[in-house]
Amino acid sequence: MAIFITKDSKVIVQGMTGAEGTKHTKRMLASGTNIVGGVNPRKAGEKVDFDGNVLPVFGSVSEAIEATGADVTVIFVPPAFAKAAVIEAIDSGIGLAVVITEGIPVHDTAAFWAHAVATGNKTRIIGPNCPGLISPGQSNAGIIPANISGAGKIGLVSKSGTLTYQMMYELRDFGFSTAIGIGGDPIIGTTHIDALAAFEADPETAAIVMIGEIGGDAEERAAAYIKENVTKPVVGYVAGFTAPEGKTMGHAGAIVSGSAGTAQAKKEALEAAGVKVGKTPSETAGLMREIMQSIG
Amino acid sequence: MDLYEYQAKDLFAAHDVPVLPGDVASTPAEAKAIAERFGQTVVVKAQVKTGGRGKAGGVKLAETPDETEVKAEAILGLDIKGHIVHRVLVTPASDIAEEYYFSFLLDRANRTFLAMASVEGGMDIEEVAATKPEALAKVPVDAITGVDRAKADEIVAAAKFPAEVADQVADVIVKLWETFVSEDATLVEVNPLVRDPEGKVVALDGKVTLDENAGFRHPEHEALVDKQAEDPLEAKAKAKGLNYVKLDGQVGIIGNGAGLVMSTLDVVAYAGEKHKGVKPANFLDIGGGASAEVMANGLEIILHDPDVRSVFVNVFGGITACDAVANGIVAALGILGDEATKPLVVRLDGNNVEEGRRILAEADHPLVTVVDTMDNAADKAAELAAAGV
Repeated sequence: MAIFITKDSKVIVQGMTGAEGTKHTKRMLASGTNIVGGVNPRKAGEKVDFDGNVLPVFGSVSEAIEATGADVTVIFVPPAFAKAAVIEAIDSGIGLAVVITEGIPVHDTAAFWAHAVATGNKTRIIGPNCPGLISPGQSNAGIIPANISGAGKIGLVSKSGTLTYQMMYELRDFGFSTAIGIGGDPIIGTTHIDALAAFEADPETAAIVMIGEIGGDAEERAAAYIKENVTKPVVGYVAGFTAPEGKTMGHAGAIVSGSAGTAQAKKEALEAAGVKVGKTPSETAGLMREIMQSIG
Repeated sequence: MDLYEYQAKDLFAAHDVPVLPGDVASTPAEAKAIAERFGQTVVVKAQVKTGGRGKAGGVKLAETPDETEVKAEAILGLDIKGHIVHRVLVTPASDIAEEYYFSFLLDRANRTFLAMASVEGGMDIEEVAATKPEALAKVPVDAITGVDRAKADEIVAAAKFPAEVADQVADVIVKLWETFVSEDATLVEVNPLVRDPEGKVVALDGKVTLDENAGFRHPEHEALVDKQAEDPLEAKAKAKGLNYVKLDGQVGIIGNGAGLVMSTLDVVAYAGEKHKGVKPANFLDIGGGASAEVMANGLEIILHDPDVRSVFVNVFGGITACDAVANGIVAALGILGDEATKPLVVRLDGNNVEEGRRILAEADHPLVTVVDTMDNAADKAAELAAAGV
């Protein structure tokens, strides 16, 4: 098993023919992902050769699903067109939409999220502004480098891409069931809590690493959720202890506003829920290492 | 991007939200001239992007143009919570019968928007929320259906606005929603929204935060950036497309990915506790693809920061492999030549790390020290910075 994507996932790429889409479609294919096509209304009917893998381009997500049975879409379209692309994905009824695009106006994200809710939440949305997710050895939907770590029993959920890579690297001798980057925007589809619930239910996941950062109160809410609902061991890490108030630190959502959204408050909330929180990424990896060794 | 009060009110006016006339002055003489034009008692208000300016002496009443000049003189140059006052807003004084509060903002937890309204305006709304939560109405707003007249009436009822202003307030709320949506704002706040003795409802103050991600469809917002108040290094970095935030420490930081860079700042601050308390000098995320050019641009910015004593380059080779990053560092040092004068501690991990470290070892640049882990590299960078303090 794994969460959200497995070896059976059939993946399409919206924006496959753009620069980023092309680059990462190649990488996803190289890591064994079953990519069945791409979507670009202006290039419908064409075929694209990715180092010998010839993929069809469809005019719409619905056409792609009809022709291929795709159940996952990875979205690379530029910010100005991302809202329409996500709404198209939702309207197609596809099960999972992974929105990699960085820089989407928050009013657009709020609008596509509201649309997903209004139509019954049939599509799980991951992102935007995220690296996607990988179930090593099975499927890779996004831009997480597939060669950092193989499969194992750790589940990882993180707001940050590079901290996801760093943590996978530190714990590569144990491996991961699924590692998922949920993104650093103020409004995101899948939250820490959604991923924690899925990891808790996944028999192949033995322990969970949760990485947060300044801004909002998602980590505090995740802590409350863990206390009530998660029986598997969780270790945490929070980035941004030294971030000044009122400054956006790279991610649009990473900002301390007044006294709200500080790393210290998040760490305290997690610790109060029984989560061991590392001071640095390597200390956090060390805490997980101890847990995995005791599980055996 | 946070706007000044006068900019917020300009946006309000453009969307037909009732505001008082007013003009901005950056010298006492300009303030006097504006007061002469109004020919009545005016209020001189410090334009700073922080709260509490009244208590700090940043808002004063002036009965004559001469007094306006004196008051403006006193306010210009004030330091209000670290914000220096470069401009004052001069606006006719108005009598206030009642003060209310209103805002639209992003509700991150519920992934939607929120309207907040209270008939107890004029004071710090966080205080109202803490001490009299029942006096603050919070009404979720659907991003698709938005705020029409019926929704505005619902908000007015929830906040229990007096019947005699209900109609006007609902009208203002609809216009503030238009402002919020069409300007791509993440915050629109009016505190206070007032009723004057004649019964007219007016936005007496305004606070607006604009979404920088929406800049591509608002080229006009570029003109709202206060170039004067921008940190010169931040402005230079922005011009080069770099994500840079100036901090007040001595260890320059370059990394790839926002999360990793935030983490690097923390690790350097911890390491600094053992080395004369040195701290990170900046946040700089060069993104996933760390090309030589981007690396050179980043290094150039950091090496021009006079506070920087050492530089920590912390890169995880994910999408861009470590050999490419190492080549980038070597090329960047080549481009910078004699401008590179401060010690560089480099930590590389991830894809092709051995090759990356080999390239740096072979280049054998006198300023570069390669350290194997993030924690040890932070310690080395802090030590070098402390030696230079």
